[in-house]
Amino acid sequence: MELSVKPLKQVDVVSVTGRVDSSNSGEFETALKGLLARGRHKLVLDFEQLDYISSSGLRTMVTALKGARNSGGDVVIVKANDKIRDTLSLVGFQSLFVQYDNLLDAVDAF
Amino acid sequence: MSKIQRFTAPARFDQLQHIAALAVEAAKQVGFDATQQSRIELAIDEACSNIIEHAYAGEAGQIYIEVETEPNHYLRIVLSDTGRIFAPDQIPIYVPCTPATDVASLKVGGLGLHLMRQTMDDVCFEFNVPGHRGVFNRLTMIKRL
Repeated sequence: MELSVKPLKQVDVVSVTGRVDSSNSGEFETALKGLLARGRHKLVLDFEQLDYISSSGLRTMVTALKGARNSGGDVVIVKANDKIRDTLSLVGFQSLFVQYDNLLDAVDAF
Repeated sequence: MSKIQRFTAPARFDQLQHIAALAVEAAKQVGFDATQQSRIELAIDEACSNIIEHAYAGEAGQIYIEVETEPNHYLRIVLSDTGRIFAPDQIPIYVPCTPATDVASLKVGGLGLHLMRQTMDDVCFEFNVPGHRGVFNRLTMIKRL
């Protein structure tokens, strides 16, 4: 897994590449918690290059969402592929996270 | 005619991708489509993660993997370990989110087991099963085409 965080307008875009599973979800968690701790609570998860996510990554997403909304912000998803969308649907996360096909639409939604 | 393959992997998180790849290959042999292959990958990943985290709790151990494939019919995966037993009925039942879900009170316990049960047709836990090398915990998951 590779992670990058880039500010764009008023949000932070967290791009995740590769797989998020129990072997590396800690890094994902650390990155999101770090942003929230610095008061950055408008987050766009760029999943265009995300191949796979398991429950450990999903739990991290929920923790981040709770923290973001608690501070008046949100976490949204952009460009999840069919496999990731299927995983999200298995746990009902399409009801939690707004998903966008375009990064600028996701950013402008805030 | 079904085919059975057996593997052993160290119970470490860095083995998850390798183990999942075995399951995906077996799923292809049965004839599952890409969506079902990725769901099967999820199931075995979640199951092995639970074995590593809970059955062995970070201690050294092995995961014994048996994969049975019958093309155009079914995939059966059996994961055995010699770790701690647990009570599946004590695992929280994850309730999938809906538009009415209150995020602040959302609980995500049992997410892994939920994914296993959503993606596989049968999920069966057995504990203290005698084997020729000792006593095992055994998880059998079946997916039918």
